[in-house]
Amino acid sequence: MFAVTRNARDGRKRARLFSRTGASVLRIIFSLLITFLGLLLVTFLIGRILPIDPVLAAVGDHASEAVYQRVKEEMGLNLPLWKQFFLYISNIFQGDFGRSVLTSNPVLDDIKRVFPATLELATLATIIGVSLGIPAGVFAAINKGKWPDHIVRILGLAGHSMPIFWLGLMGLLVFYMKLGWVAGPGRLDSFYLDFIEPTTGLMLVDTLIEGDMDLFWNAVSHIILPASILAYFSLAYIARMTRSFMLEQLSQEYILTARVKGISEHRIIWRHALGNVMVPLITVIALSYASLLEGSVLTEIIFAWPGLGLYITNSLLNADMNAVLGGTVVVGAVFIGVNMLSDVLYRVLDPRARR
Amino acid sequence: MNSHTTTVKPGLMQWLTSDTPQSRFQAKCGRTWLGWLKLTENKLAMIGLSIVMGLILVTIFAPLLAPYDPLAADLANRIQPPGAEHWFGTDQLGRDILSRLIYGAQYTLLIVGLVAITAAPVGLLVGTAAGFFGGWVDAVLMRVTDIFLAFPKLILALAFVSALGPGIENAILAIAITAWPPYARIARAETITVRKSDYIDAARLQGVSNRGLIIGHIMPMCVSSLVVRVTLDMAGMILIAAGLGFLGLGAQPPMPEWGAMVSDGRQFLLDQWWVSTVPGIAIFVVSLGFNLLGDGLRDVLDPRGGD
Amino acid sequence: MRKLIAGLVMGTALVTTSMAAMAETPKNALVMAFAIDDIITLDPAQIFEFSGAEYAGNTYDRLIGFDNDDVSKMYGVIATSWDVSEDGKTFTFKIRDGIKFASGNDLTAEDAAFSLQRVILLDQSPAFILGQFGFTPENVKDKIRATDSSTLVMEVDKPYAPSFVLYCLTAGVGAVIDKEEVLAHEKDGDLGHEWLTTNYAGSGPFALNKWTAGESLSLTANEDYWDGAPAMKRVIIRNVKEAASQQLLLQKGDIDIARNLEADQIASIESNPDVKFLSKGKGALWYLGLSQKNDYLSKPEVREALKYLVDYDGIAKTILAGRAQIHQAFLPEGFLGAYNENPYSLDVEKAKSILADAGLGDGFSVTMDTRNTTAIMAMAQSIQATWAQAGINLEIIPGDGKQTLTKYRARQHDIYIGRWGPDYQDPHTNASTFAWNPDNADDATAKPLAWRNAWNPGAMTAETDAATLERDDKKRAAMYLDLQKKVLESGPFVIMFQETEIASMRKNVNNFVLGPSFDNNYYRFITKD
Repeated sequence: MFAVTRNARDGRKRARLFSRTGASVLRIIFSLLITFLGLLLVTFLIGRILPIDPVLAAVGDHASEAVYQRVKEEMGLNLPLWKQFFLYISNIFQGDFGRSVLTSNPVLDDIKRVFPATLELATLATIIGVSLGIPAGVFAAINKGKWPDHIVRILGLAGHSMPIFWLGLMGLLVFYMKLGWVAGPGRLDSFYLDFIEPTTGLMLVDTLIEGDMDLFWNAVSHIILPASILAYFSLAYIARMTRSFMLEQLSQEYILTARVKGISEHRIIWRHALGNVMVPLITVIALSYASLLEGSVLTEIIFAWPGLGLYITNSLLNADMNAVLGGTVVVGAVFIGVNMLSDVLYRVLDPRARR
Repeated sequence: MNSHTTTVKPGLMQWLTSDTPQSRFQAKCGRTWLGWLKLTENKLAMIGLSIVMGLILVTIFAPLLAPYDPLAADLANRIQPPGAEHWFGTDQLGRDILSRLIYGAQYTLLIVGLVAITAAPVGLLVGTAAGFFGGWVDAVLMRVTDIFLAFPKLILALAFVSALGPGIENAILAIAITAWPPYARIARAETITVRKSDYIDAARLQGVSNRGLIIGHIMPMCVSSLVVRVTLDMAGMILIAAGLGFLGLGAQPPMPEWGAMVSDGRQFLLDQWWVSTVPGIAIFVVSLGFNLLGDGLRDVLDPRGGD
Repeated sequence: MRKLIAGLVMGTALVTTSMAAMAETPKNALVMAFAIDDIITLDPAQIFEFSGAEYAGNTYDRLIGFDNDDVSKMYGVIATSWDVSEDGKTFTFKIRDGIKFASGNDLTAEDAAFSLQRVILLDQSPAFILGQFGFTPENVKDKIRATDSSTLVMEVDKPYAPSFVLYCLTAGVGAVIDKEEVLAHEKDGDLGHEWLTTNYAGSGPFALNKWTAGESLSLTANEDYWDGAPAMKRVIIRNVKEAASQQLLLQKGDIDIARNLEADQIASIESNPDVKFLSKGKGALWYLGLSQKNDYLSKPEVREALKYLVDYDGIAKTILAGRAQIHQAFLPEGFLGAYNENPYSLDVEKAKSILADAGLGDGFSVTMDTRNTTAIMAMAQSIQATWAQAGINLEIIPGDGKQTLTKYRARQHDIYIGRWGPDYQDPHTNASTFAWNPDNADDATAKPLAWRNAWNPGAMTAETDAATLERDDKKRAAMYLDLQKKVLESGPFVIMFQETEIASMRKNVNNFVLGPSFDNNYYRFITKD
């Protein structure tokens, strides 16, 4: 029961929900649909009980009462609740998520714009987290009970205990304000904002496509701090999981056999044991990636990072419900998608799981 | 009577460490005692425990410990650096940061405590019901659980707080709403493993009602794994609460909630860094304390988990 | 120009080889940090937000404008001259020759007529500014028309004070847009509204380059601007909400101008030799709205006592520190007829005796809905402290901006602490909200501030209406002076401060112009050393 830590346990359960072995594809789709509808309904209801007048965001405080009433009607807010929800759902099935009041763009366009920012940050953070977390975990497992193990453990626990908004502020204070090693909030220096056409929406890729190395390095200097901070959190988690998986493997008989056979310790650890650990680790990594993709609201706020988390939060605080609902659908889809993917990978790679 | 009290110590020790417990209760106490002994061997867990105890003591003795009134504004002494008069300096309204930290401890404790005692029972109830009855009850309850799991925690909490209005009570409620689904899943899993067991059948044959079975026989079986899980989650709750406070949706001014204090200090970050830094360290230390303790507890209660 | 920095980040030992950072911005471009996330549209017929107004003010020309330093002096922009008929109901404007829109189309009286008609036809939030002169979607095409390519005629329904009509035309709704261009993008008879929401069709000194909602807004200079091309070829406005971040960007030289620094940031960079400040009194007022639905607040004595219980000086000096001046009448300084005396100051003893006379010597409890921003919260806490001295227990109910406003608009507050900005430069804009309330019922069709606070101003409603018809500016000013004094004495408003805008900029930035409202903040004269 407790062989893996809570997060991975949850994650596997969360993942398997949607693809239980033996369940038919239809059943999976049906349960997905129900989850989605439920997600939308809950979000929708939250939007309706917000003590914020959604018309206010559209017309402002000084509009005349006549304009106010007209816009309220246009937004469909005088219809009964069930009708509003029904209308909303039927529009979604036609691919129309409505317009955001705040940006006056179709919600889908907004999401296409903000999601790459989150994607870029999450991907880089995961890359850093994985490339440092796995070696750290292996190192701790080899040195179980010695000081490297303790250091990894303490660093890991510290990662779970650090308020991310505070770490972000401190990072900005030290590395941007005092030392000047990295650039400040935002994805690019203000002046460069104009010079980049979003092709993929990923700043690091777009700048390379345009072949402008100045811009590329500028983008790097902006993303590196928030990505490192997010990476620390996934690193802490991945290192810890790697360690416990590795310990499990190292106590297996085949390792003993290998040692007896005289295979080098190095090879045993990095090839055999780690090779077997990679399978369960994929779930762990996928989970941490999924949680980053949901948009780290606080990090995005601190670093003025125009991503999904910031978008949903801003919309929520302005009762811009189309935007909130659209964002929630995307987050839900990402979450479910990554989980399913990791589950599929898990079953493809691990023969034992194919039972 | 007297002779009893004088011998209670060795007697108690013997009773606890007895190899042949006379009752279930004695066996349970014995296991707890051994667990405690093992926990005390874990230095990190002991550090964690002392941090948590420290938090509780600071909460209780706040009025004695705090050198100033945490709410008394003194505009003439705004954002003073740390010094002899104000150890951690003063904030934007001239309030003593140390005193605010000390009084702020109670909010942290309150949030963690209240979330634990609201979310865990809800999760327990949903999980045991789903596991016990199975069929459509299970399907419906678990689907609802999934819906809540699919939300990003902070955004869900944020949405609820905006809906209910900012404030510490609503923040607690919102965190509880995001916290129960995992507990429901744990409770359900445990229930499924025990519901077919012989003693449940025996109880059913004795005519115990479904409700009686759930409350009297199944729930107690789920409690220990829930307790570990809740302790481990406490650090996370503190961080979410601080995050809400930071966003202005948690405890409201002038309450000295730590997350809100970090947020207040943001605007002076460059020149008066201590205003933000000090409460941030407090959040970190306390949440580290809960993590260390939870980690140690897991080692004790589940030997495979830690190592 | 460029410095190379090596980044060693967060102990990850990840060394990025070289990262270039701009040390300063180019000489012919302006980079500004400004909280522009309130912009929800770029259509001048709909723009009603501060930063949106500033955008329109720099990209669209209006018929007429006023002198930022003496608003009583009006001058022609697109109009070269104007006449008012004998009966005061017909306004005739001569349109300047040779102005071209960004599209290359010529600007004619037809464009001007279309622009004004369009405001009424679209009926968006600011439409009432023109609508109050009797224009309706049905009659506007007859009432506002081009008689030839250089003559615009406008017929109002009553003999209003000419200054009233003219001031309203200086507001954002007076922007002249490119009829041909806009109609080319018309969809379902929307007069190009959907398109113009995110696009541009004007003739101003700057043209829109790109707007990314919530992120940035960039403008390019109009090289053919009739009154001279701006020196800044490009203006990039980056949405930065945090005052502290703006301060940093400014200090680092990443931006030229920071627009939203608060008292503490300003204090912190005051001694920085690379930075200077520009300030200008704005029209926005800080006030407390006292709901007359509350039994305590509806007592005249309580309203009076509360006006003696605000530490005006203390708040202005410490919390607002240069960002506001004490002002207690409903017309901001600079407006026609503004009353600039401030009769109230903190006097706890006096307030106590007034309360005691009203039988409230033991005090009472009320709540105040308060937006949770630094400045407002600090003001609220100061007020809480001084009221406590008179035995009044003030409970602060904090909330997000839109949330407190929703409650206020629904008349569910006791006290609301807020900020009110005038909609146009004529005194009627504030008189019609502070001193005018024709129907105090819950389901009224007009909901001015007086209504929100459930206050019936009695005869003042009629006096406010009468003032719009007084064609002698001197007499008109006197009427407003009288109204202000009456509201000051008996009204449910504790007006405290008039806002001052402070722009913080790098030393090498010259000639940025701040006006009394956001649509008169001009970039076109800016030069950089």
